[in-house]
Amino acid sequence: MLGEGILKGLAETARNAVGSFVSKDRLTTVEYPEERLPLPEASRNFPFLVYDGTDWEKGLRCVACQICEKECPPKCIYIDKSKDKKPDAFGRPQIYPAKFDIDISVCMSCQICVEVCPFEAIKMDTQYELSTDDRFGGLLLDRKELAKSNEYYHQIHPTEASEVDAKLAAEKVKADAKAKAAAGAAAAKAAAAAAAPKPAEAAAKPVVLADAPAAKPQGEGD
Amino acid sequence: MKSVEEIKAAIEAAVPGAGVEIVPNPSPSGQHSLRLLPSHAVAVAYFLRDDEDLGLDFLSNLTGVDHLDKEIAEKVKVTRQVTKTVDGVEQTVDEVVEETRKHMEPGYLETVYHLFSMAKKHGPVVLRMRTVNRTDEVELPSVTPVWRSAEFQEREVFDLYGVVFTGHPDLRRLLMWPEFKDHPMRRDYKEPDDFEYEPTPHDTVLARAKDHKAAVAGQEGTGTGL
Amino acid sequence: MSGSLRDTNLEGWNRPPVIVPDGEGELLEVAMGPHHPSTHGVFRMDLALDGERVVRLKPVFGYLHRNHEQIGETVSYLAMMPYTDRLDYICSLTNNWAYALAVEKLVGQAVPERAEYIRVILAELTRIVNHASAIGFLIQEMGASGTPLMYAFREREKILDLFESLTGSRMMCNYMRFGGCRVDPSAAWLDATRKVVAGLPQFAHEFENLLMSNEIVMARCQGVGKLRPELAINAGVTGPMLRASGVNYDIRKVDHYGVYDRFKFRVPLGDHGDIYDRYMVRVLEIHESIGILEQALKEIPGGPVMDPKAKIRGFRPKPGEAYGRIEGPKGELGFYLISDGGNSPYRFRVRPPSLINLTVLEDMCLGHNVADVVLIFGSVDIVLGEVDR
Repeated sequence: MLGEGILKGLAETARNAVGSFVSKDRLTTVEYPEERLPLPEASRNFPFLVYDGTDWEKGLRCVACQICEKECPPKCIYIDKSKDKKPDAFGRPQIYPAKFDIDISVCMSCQICVEVCPFEAIKMDTQYELSTDDRFGGLLLDRKELAKSNEYYHQIHPTEASEVDAKLAAEKVKADAKAKAAAGAAAAKAAAAAAAPKPAEAAAKPVVLADAPAAKPQGEGD
Repeated sequence: MKSVEEIKAAIEAAVPGAGVEIVPNPSPSGQHSLRLLPSHAVAVAYFLRDDEDLGLDFLSNLTGVDHLDKEIAEKVKVTRQVTKTVDGVEQTVDEVVEETRKHMEPGYLETVYHLFSMAKKHGPVVLRMRTVNRTDEVELPSVTPVWRSAEFQEREVFDLYGVVFTGHPDLRRLLMWPEFKDHPMRRDYKEPDDFEYEPTPHDTVLARAKDHKAAVAGQEGTGTGL
Repeated sequence: MSGSLRDTNLEGWNRPPVIVPDGEGELLEVAMGPHHPSTHGVFRMDLALDGERVVRLKPVFGYLHRNHEQIGETVSYLAMMPYTDRLDYICSLTNNWAYALAVEKLVGQAVPERAEYIRVILAELTRIVNHASAIGFLIQEMGASGTPLMYAFREREKILDLFESLTGSRMMCNYMRFGGCRVDPSAAWLDATRKVVAGLPQFAHEFENLLMSNEIVMARCQGVGKLRPELAINAGVTGPMLRASGVNYDIRKVDHYGVYDRFKFRVPLGDHGDIYDRYMVRVLEIHESIGILEQALKEIPGGPVMDPKAKIRGFRPKPGEAYGRIEGPKGELGFYLISDGGNSPYRFRVRPPSLINLTVLEDMCLGHNVADVVLIFGSVDIVLGEVDR
């Protein structure tokens, strides 16, 4: 019969129209912004800088190694290295970013920076309501705007953040043990050197080792 | 599927004087290619498409590669005759001296073809062709009459690399607009000065910003600025 | 306009037929697009019409051109991965796979088994997303505003939610890496996927009921925009369009890339090569993809998702070249890479199925009414991000 196919299709639409009142599977409209869907944990949108402790300036994990700046596909990261060293959250003297800007009008939230960062310093945010009426300055985030606490990181990506914390803790234990061993060796050498005729140079090397960052990048390529 | 050597032999048997050359590929992919002479390329293409064993009826990918002029430094061993005093007697002795000679290898444009067979379900066979140079002798024969899939891809190579395909039915720019002058995929392509604003200029962008500002300042100085 | 439309001295058989306009009047030249509401993006067709009949059609490209290939030659291998998402933005995961495959061929990198299975699962989900929305768009262009497209998008939404919870992004997934995948999907994610896949056959059934025997769809699609198999092969047409013309060529079966040789699936083929066959091939491919998904989700092994020897930073392949291709939802998606041992490829080339499938657009449209051009164009299934690159 001519028109049978059309009727069959109409029956299907009728079934769907009625079904949309009873079944959640038929995905009824969510009235954004009054109603919001929960974001999945893996959700990502623009990077931020993690800091430990309470003071963002002191606690930034970033050591301005500039790997992310080099790897960033659209080149939206801009870093100026500091001239001096400041103690980080663990009290080790470290180079810090004097300037760390991300231009989120260029950023494409690809998280390559997160993957290449050897210091777990840059992570992905979930904030997506960032529109502004200032086209130029408003979309350029400086390090103060980018800095967010480790607690915030735990809040948005709990599983990932715990893994990172465990990894950093393990690395810190390792580094401390290494530093201790190095310090012990240095002390022993210094003691030996005190007896031996050549004193100064033997002690110099291990001390530098103790000052090295906790997590060494594996193969710092560009 | 025949090996590259067998295909070379088959081509040379079918098209006398084809002058096929094997270009080895050191990568683990093992996709070695055959370099054709442009003068015989269309005949070879017809042979590859219509041959019963090969049956390469599907030209999948056609693209261009730009090779700039290169300065090549070679170490050459030169024999020189030197007069020397050996045991108090003056003799002429041959001496081998190593010399570094530099010569310019002219750049060229290359086209690469990836052929497969839909009937026999094998491939790829990779073909290559070279132009004489990068400036005036950039003609290569079109394979569009053999494989229609080359139509848009040859237009793209013409557009982005500037290879002129003789025998193409409708050779126009594909992606850039018709009034555009340069060929953007060439390795010495210079972007036009269209710098507007960048909040964090660095690397290449910074260089462009500086050039742009200098150009603008220069124009204002001579009074021809906008 | 004169009556002779084309230089006919070429070797004749694989060129579009020359249509000589009948009647007295002049030809009407129309620029369809670039912002025509029913085309797929910024794309223009310059038509010459004799009354309602199309006598010439010239596609005009480049409105979305951003020199993707040159970007590929300036950034590192890893940094190019997120850019491939933006080629065919409906199927970012298959783009990722094709690029990863080409690089893996270039350096001889092995991929762990679990990662191969995940890739298959994601690629087949992508194929369902693409085919469902392609059909939705096609019917939309036929004049059925909304309903079929929204049914397709409803299912797409569920799959995109899966993508988001695994990769972090709905469309720009940036998930695959050279030698594996970025993150390991949890057991909960696999369960959620199983649940979605279990609901897919019902969707496919519904979608068929809605449209397949519809008289209007049949009247508009059957016998329109025919493509002969010889021309399809010669013009390098790939994907569902080629198979609708009856050519049995599916790269999943031919190349056996990934772990596709472990799954049982059939390759649907068409008889007539018209719009209706293209539509039906896509519907049947959705069914086959569901079958592959069920098998892959059942057999997925444990283990790592990333080869531990794979390098992330400072990735520099040895000099050489490789061409890697996969069966993307739109056709053969290939990447051709030449390495000179440096940080970024010497040559980075994308073989775009959408662009090459459009080669035969003029041949299919000549002699048809201008209203059919929209449909024929819709049945090719293109995304302008990939056509213009």
